[in-house]
Amino acid sequence: MSHKLGIKKLKIKVFRFNKEQDYLPHYDLFEMDVNQDELVLDIMNRIKWEHDGSFSYRRSCRHGICGSCSVKVNQKPTLACKDNVFELVDIFGEELVIEPQDIKRAYKDMVIDKENFWNKYNSIQPYVVAHIDEFPTMENIITQEKAELLEEADYCISCGNCFYACPVVEVNDEFVGPMALTKAWRFNADVRDDVTSQRLDKLQEIGSGIWDCVKCNECAQACPKELSPIDKITKLHQQTFQEKRSINNVAVRHAVGFKWSIQKHGILDEGELVRYSEGNIGVLKHIPEAIAMFKRGKIVMPWNMPKSKNLSEIQKLVEISSTVNY
Amino acid sequence: MKQLKYALYTGCTARESTPELLKSTMAIAKKLGIELVLLDEASCCGASHLQDFDDGLSLTLNARNISYAEKLELPMVTICNTCQLNTALAKDRLDNDEALKAKINKNLAEVGLEYKGTSEVKHFLYALQDDFGYENIAKLVTNPISDINVASFYGCHNIRPSQLQNKTNGGENPYKPVSLDNLVLALGGNTVEYESKNKCCGFHVELQNPTTANKLSGTAMLDAIDNNADVMVTPCPLCHLRMDVQQHGISKEVGREVSIPVLHLPQMVGIALGIEPKELGLHHNVTQIGINL
Repeated sequence: MSHKLGIKKLKIKVFRFNKEQDYLPHYDLFEMDVNQDELVLDIMNRIKWEHDGSFSYRRSCRHGICGSCSVKVNQKPTLACKDNVFELVDIFGEELVIEPQDIKRAYKDMVIDKENFWNKYNSIQPYVVAHIDEFPTMENIITQEKAELLEEADYCISCGNCFYACPVVEVNDEFVGPMALTKAWRFNADVRDDVTSQRLDKLQEIGSGIWDCVKCNECAQACPKELSPIDKITKLHQQTFQEKRSINNVAVRHAVGFKWSIQKHGILDEGELVRYSEGNIGVLKHIPEAIAMFKRGKIVMPWNMPKSKNLSEIQKLVEISSTVNY
Repeated sequence: MKQLKYALYTGCTARESTPELLKSTMAIAKKLGIELVLLDEASCCGASHLQDFDDGLSLTLNARNISYAEKLELPMVTICNTCQLNTALAKDRLDNDEALKAKINKNLAEVGLEYKGTSEVKHFLYALQDDFGYENIAKLVTNPISDINVASFYGCHNIRPSQLQNKTNGGENPYKPVSLDNLVLALGGNTVEYESKNKCCGFHVELQNPTTANKLSGTAMLDAIDNNADVMVTPCPLCHLRMDVQQHGISKEVGREVSIPVLHLPQMVGIALGIEPKELGLHHNVTQIGINL
């Protein structure tokens, strides 16, 4: 209960673990009066300064730009110097649980080993590769339009919120994750860069690259700079087709198959899409589920395939508004 | 109460692999007195995959779909989360960029159509929550689902990104969604608290990476099962296809039997409203409901 306007008595549970000493982590509970202006970082500072000097976390700028103080509050990725505590109370109530970004990687309290994050970042060549003329005779002008392509992605502060929110990162060690892909777009959209095609080739590998994104939008939700990493992943997908670098794999055929299906029926021919994506041999592995679905009346036979009304309109639009070919 | 009327964008799966979704949607709309006009002209929304291939084409097709709702001067409702996200994304971009809208309308003009931006696009779940009102549904419940524990599985594309979704989803918080749970309560059911309710089922990588898809669905489903769920419910037919149809593959992947019936949102509402199982298409569900409803 608030005993004064603008102040709330909160229960703050904090994850504690010291990899050098502890077998298991535990949680410390702090009951604190928190005012309406305090940020999560203020709370962590007070815990360290007023309660337990051994409490460890990363922090530096306190202005949402260094990206070092990210944690999770009740599982919500949180840049501690940005998120207001009262706003979190509005979502989760008066008991807040502060945990590191990934408890499996905890080193000491909020400090985690971010090696996986940085290795993946390094793997996409996160820099401009260009042959620079040492004695240019004229300015190298980049139009505003071209500069705007990469601008948003350039605001990434590498906090790791998106990476440690990504469910694919959680289950697939290979996946480079939303931050590395946002950076990949930042450099692939840079007109000065000479290795865009190589980056695209590498990013198309199934398992690690763009086709392994599950489109959950956790990254867009988690980004404290509101950069929408998934939007950059989509742009990389599109770039593979625009630059004619797309390779012939199941995911590429799946994306392209939508166009063929829409052109033919308006709506999707689900069975044919799976066959087209998997190929005539690959599709065989789907037979058990197809039988199960058939028994329940969930499979539409080709001769019964419904079509959108006014299909000719759709076909005309596919014809005139397509911007890429495959 | 004024009669509610919407243009229904069924999406593709409701016409093919989840016929029970369309059947149950129409059945509960009839029972609740909501008029749904089928948008038979609509095409596929692209499901985020056409968007990966050709942005201009997917925008044009989505603008066309919405324009048919606008012609009827009706708000559009969707019954698939992925249709909802992709339609709403297209709408948001067109409504906030006059130049883009003009460009897309040039395409549409070739077939005598125009996108104006006058029809709202929302998922049927939120039409029930915000327009019809759960309290009004509760009054019509004849068969409260009080004997079962229901785990609500929200599906990504109704709740994220909230900046976009909050325009039509009643301000649902993606880290603590409540709409489905509140609906379960209105139907007399018991809700299951579990962490995975707002997580991803992995549907969109099912072909290229079934391991990822199965691990994600499996984790969420086991979380529901371990928290004593008897049944799961989802507003998304793609989550449903994953979790209802793929239980064998999921079980193999996670090394534990994952077996739980999964209902579509309107099937659950229909059961509580006393609608016949056949009308709700319960016979189409692959994992049959072994509990007495």
